[in-house]
Amino acid sequence: MSTIIHELAPELGSLALSGLMAVAAGLIGSFAVMRRMVLAADPMSHIALPGIGIALILRVNPLWGALALLLLGAVLIWAVERRIRIATEAVIGVTFAVALAVGSIITSGEELIDALLGAPGTLTLPEVAFGIAGSLIVIVFVLRARNALVVRLVSPEIALTSAVDVARLDLYFLLAFALTIGLGLRFLGVLLMGSLIIIPAAMARRFARSLSAMLTLSVVTAVLSTAAGTYVAWLVGRPSGPFIVMVAGGLFFLSLLRRREA
Amino acid sequence: MNALEVKDLAVRLGGTEVLRGVTFSLPRASCLAIIGPNGAGKTVLLRALIGALPHTGTIAWAADTVLGYVPQKLDIERDLPLNGRDFLRARAALAGSSSAQQLEALNSVGLAEEALSTPIGNMSGGQFQRLLIAFALLGRPNVLLLDEPAAGIDAPGQAQLNEVLHALQDRRAMTVLLVSHDLSVVYSQADHVLCLGRHGMCFGPPRTALTAERLYEVYGQPLGFHVHDHS
Repeated sequence: MSTIIHELAPELGSLALSGLMAVAAGLIGSFAVMRRMVLAADPMSHIALPGIGIALILRVNPLWGALALLLLGAVLIWAVERRIRIATEAVIGVTFAVALAVGSIITSGEELIDALLGAPGTLTLPEVAFGIAGSLIVIVFVLRARNALVVRLVSPEIALTSAVDVARLDLYFLLAFALTIGLGLRFLGVLLMGSLIIIPAAMARRFARSLSAMLTLSVVTAVLSTAAGTYVAWLVGRPSGPFIVMVAGGLFFLSLLRRREA
Repeated sequence: MNALEVKDLAVRLGGTEVLRGVTFSLPRASCLAIIGPNGAGKTVLLRALIGALPHTGTIAWAADTVLGYVPQKLDIERDLPLNGRDFLRARAALAGSSSAQQLEALNSVGLAEEALSTPIGNMSGGQFQRLLIAFALLGRPNVLLLDEPAAGIDAPGQAQLNEVLHALQDRRAMTVLLVSHDLSVVYSQADHVLCLGRHGMCFGPPRTALTAERLYEVYGQPLGFHVHDHS
């Protein structure tokens, strides 16, 4: 019995992690979509590349390098946006185009493919632990801060008169966004993780008529896509990332067939 | 003790001086109308007063001040999956208000309970404006700042809104600062008026501060009694 548990533990850990990661992506994605950050997710994820390159040079787990750069990037975007007051998308776009260029120079071809599309293989214990803890941090943050996030969404000025520290909230949101991208790196790679954050939320937005409906639909779609994509990938013996995003994209296009209620 | 004292307030935006030398004081439970042509800095003044813009000079609110702010325009998409309940619940949660208080705020602006389940994209401009006022009231403010609250609202809606503001002032002894283009509102509602123009400012009770000459100076053209701005 204990042998079976021992053998299944990594699989179960991996399953729990992908489920929690999908929940985190669905939740953070909902607010990212409502905050017009749809196009920001992909370029933002590119900041992970130089981190992966640096980590490989230093012979540490590429995940930590990617995560360090993602969080640093979030702080950088926040600071630049505050200083020159231009749209988050513009700052993210410029910053991470540069990061992609740097990343592609210091990362080798094969490593680059793994980083972009996700590397298959068993997760190490620290990776599982980080993934579960990180997912829980994002989930708890969005659920606890959702009221402040809604008021901030309506108007930063109203948030200011509602005792919301807008600058701090924006920073935490960007950090949670960056952390969510970091969570998906091993499964989906930097190229595809942004998609799992955005596609389910974009689909949920088409049908939801309330915040709770938006959050629920987005989470359900993200979890469903992850589960179905992982299963199909297992059947054909290929990395799961592209299948997860294909399922999410498929669901999105299917949803276009149904008209949004007025 | 006054509700607000402003001394020598100046605001620069992108290298341009939008406000300069603004000085006035406002007694508690009074209503101040802020008037002036487009670009005179009325919205900038309100935003500076709530602390959203860097400025020089002094802005001193009374120690017990709780602000409620209703912005002129909202930079959000109207098809957001948020309904009236999401709006009010978020504000209520931050302010520690009960669901009974949410209904009370809704009633006090003349919105039916159905507004709670209506997506904001399906609301008319007037309904949305009233929802924003209800939103501001949930924080139990003793000072309400409104930036052109009647913009986009039909005539009966405007009259109802004016009644709402009157009632709030009477019942809650609220200090109200409102930007308005409608001089009839200024004369009927406000006990103080602050006019911002390109050639200086004026401040005082409407009947004495708003002379025909002063209006000419502020707007740069002669004005009738009733002014509408459709920009």
